[in-house]
Amino acid sequence: MEYNQRELLICLASRQMEDRTSAFIGTGIPMLAASLAQKIHAPNLICVFEFGGTGARLEELPLGVGGSRSFYKALAASSICDVMEAAQRGLIMYGFVGGAQIDPYGNLNSTIIGDHDRPKVRFPGSGGANDIGSLVWRTIAIMPHDARHFVEKVEFITTPGYLTGPGAREEAGLPPGTGPYRVVTDLALLGFEESTKRMTLLALNPGVEIEQVKENTGFELVIPDTVGKNEPPTDQELEILRKEIDPTKLYI
Amino acid sequence: MEVLESGKGELFLSPRMNEDRQWMREKKSWALEPKTMSEHEAVKKFIHEGDYIGTELYGFVRCPMSIAREIVRQRIGHLQVAGQGIMEVDILIAAGLVDKIDLTYLGYEVYGLSSVLRRAAQSGKLKVNEWSNAALAWRLKAAALGVPFLPVRVMLGTDTFKYSAAKVAKCPFTGEKVLLLPATMLDVGIIHVHRADQYGNCQIDGISGFAFELARASRRLIISAEEIISTEEIRMYPERTIIPWYLVDAVVEAPFGSHPGEMPYYYWRDEEHLSWYVAASKEETTTEEYLQKWIWDVPSHEDYLERVGKETLDMMKAKAKGR
Repeated sequence: MEYNQRELLICLASRQMEDRTSAFIGTGIPMLAASLAQKIHAPNLICVFEFGGTGARLEELPLGVGGSRSFYKALAASSICDVMEAAQRGLIMYGFVGGAQIDPYGNLNSTIIGDHDRPKVRFPGSGGANDIGSLVWRTIAIMPHDARHFVEKVEFITTPGYLTGPGAREEAGLPPGTGPYRVVTDLALLGFEESTKRMTLLALNPGVEIEQVKENTGFELVIPDTVGKNEPPTDQELEILRKEIDPTKLYI
Repeated sequence: MEVLESGKGELFLSPRMNEDRQWMREKKSWALEPKTMSEHEAVKKFIHEGDYIGTELYGFVRCPMSIAREIVRQRIGHLQVAGQGIMEVDILIAAGLVDKIDLTYLGYEVYGLSSVLRRAAQSGKLKVNEWSNAALAWRLKAAALGVPFLPVRVMLGTDTFKYSAAKVAKCPFTGEKVLLLPATMLDVGIIHVHRADQYGNCQIDGISGFAFELARASRRLIISAEEIISTEEIRMYPERTIIPWYLVDAVVEAPFGSHPGEMPYYYWRDEEHLSWYVAASKEETTTEEYLQKWIWDVPSHEDYLERVGKETLDMMKAKAKGR
């Protein structure tokens, strides 16, 4: 089946979600991806929404992280402190984040472009992103892949990646063993090299060449000897996505 | 405790526990006295120019929109705001009433960025401090605890910290770096709940966001409620009283008080109205027109609901589900 870039992103993000684990889910693509994962390979994926909804079935798409659908038929409806404190105690495995800029260490900017007190562009701010990027074990970023978004240095670190490299998170006081894990884009799946904590290419999306990824990345990407290939969205994934998850085409 | 680094954001409101204790002793009452009043009276009596205020939950969900609109109606200015907000904070900024904001997120979620925040921040008119969601909630928690600060493990190593008023210190027990969040005891807290009695005992259905903390971190607390219920009903389910009466200063009956946002299990969002607002907010003149039509031209919440129309309100009710 034919598919658009957004559907591809959702399917690829969905495949990163594991069964029987917990994940902070943000507004937009992560919600669709989580819902798709629950319907295909991860029926026991526990979605945690930052204002307190935990374990919702996501039969209807939430329109925000505090919206009522984030706790329809949920297992628990508590509070922001409760879920953030769970993350601070090490209970939450994954978190999905996004931003206007990402750098080689996975640092994210969703605050400003330009001078902070008189910015050229003002974005919404951290929201729960900094909390997620600080506290969950593995942070997964979902980003459009171009040189405007993938930059050598983000203008403002809203959400911590590996900061300036190996050991920097621990030095800053962030909990050890946490940090960026994957970056899902419309061109590729990326990870982080263990020794340098720099972004590395893991797998190419269908029809994408390494050169194209390099051209659309504003910094030097680590390219390992073997690079995998992401399977295109399956008919099953696309059908569920279109018919069950987003039939009114709010997102896709 | 050794302080290693300080954020360069201005601390809009310093922790002041001893004054707060005195305030609680003198101004809060355990007497069961009726506190129901109109939104006009509640806002006039309890919110003053220059106050530091906070709202809960946020603009599209169980949000005290009717009270926020009343603040705009009365044009109470030079406010400082704890901003975990969407539309309620947006209309305050749009009306030019906010000088300073402790911001975590201001955007329209699926509708994208806030044009109002952009104009205010990019022109330099609005002073912005950065925080994360958990940080703002924990700052309220610290005030609720009655302590001056809370050590946490977020914001470390980032510019979010650098442009906040937090501090990084060496933990006296572990020797590790911790982030210290200053407590925020608000001048005024504003919360919209499902049900309250005339004294201010409140029940919330579904997630409670940061209502528990904000109610306990407010010198003055205004409650708006979808329904006023009897105290007998409160007494039947006392474990459901998330906000007890002695914290509350005003109780305002406000059916559809969260409009155009939703109220979990009661009514769904007025999507059409939200899209009007998002479109109007793109330009200063159309934003002004929106405020004129939906706030300044309607003297009360009752009149506002009449303008929204019964048909729309019935539709919102019909679309609510979740049990």
